[in-house]
Amino acid sequence: MRALLALLAGLVFGAGIALAGMINPAKVLNFFDVAGTWDPSLAFVMGGAIVVTFIGYRLAWRRTAPLLDTRFHLPTAQTIDLRLVGGAAIFGVGWGIAGFCPGGAIPALGLGRVEPLVFVGAMIVGILVARTARNAATRKASLA
Amino acid sequence: MITEFTPLLSFVGGSLIGLAAVLLMLFHGRIAGMTGILTGILPPLAKDWDWRLFFVIGAIAAPAIITAVYGPDTITFQTDIPMVWTIISGLLVGVGVFFASGCTSGHGVCGLSRLSVRSLAATLTFMAATAATVFVIRHVLGGF
Repeated sequence: MRALLALLAGLVFGAGIALAGMINPAKVLNFFDVAGTWDPSLAFVMGGAIVVTFIGYRLAWRRTAPLLDTRFHLPTAQTIDLRLVGGAAIFGVGWGIAGFCPGGAIPALGLGRVEPLVFVGAMIVGILVARTARNAATRKASLA
Repeated sequence: MITEFTPLLSFVGGSLIGLAAVLLMLFHGRIAGMTGILTGILPPLAKDWDWRLFFVIGAIAAPAIITAVYGPDTITFQTDIPMVWTIISGLLVGVGVFFASGCTSGHGVCGLSRLSVRSLAATLTFMAATAATVFVIRHVLGGF
């Protein structure tokens, strides 16, 4: 049941990304190109997504626990540090180069084209390299 | 590359992304962030890899089903980015979202809907970095 409902949520997510145009790298890049071929559609994507999520989350949180788990797993970190801001800046530079973000590129794999496959492959390498570097730094810090 | 302004379709698609986020919170108590979900199915696997894998499968399957049923032209996909830059972009996005602990879905949709200050800082940072990158590539360097 847990897997089946996650599959359903994934299907809804992928359909939303496709309909919204977030699956189209050129459309995403054009949102940021106010000085050129500007396409403000992405503002409507974020608007629709945040309105539904903002209201839906508050309805879900009226329960003491989710339907298939004993508690809600919400992020607890509070500090705005260099890791967060630096990581976001690096992500932004990468997003601005090709127009793929993780939530857009994963559904794009379903189109059977080579570009999303190449992008996601490189992105996974990036994640694994970053995780290895983080783990090495943590080990070093715990030894010191 | 010109893309069509699609406010209604983008709003509907965005609302579906929001619905997916609400479903995952209501049933699993989880944030629908592609970065976190994907990282959990990379080796070493997270203990709760099962729902993550099924969410990703659903997200990939949705555009595949839509194009199979309604035809390949129903989902627009445009890119003119050289493959080598797609790879560089993927590496940067992977490193960036790992350190930022989230991307457009996790911070931009779920985090802002939770009124998380960390997610607001991350979202403002990556949106600014993306806009600056697009501006430099297209209007300073003259494009690819």
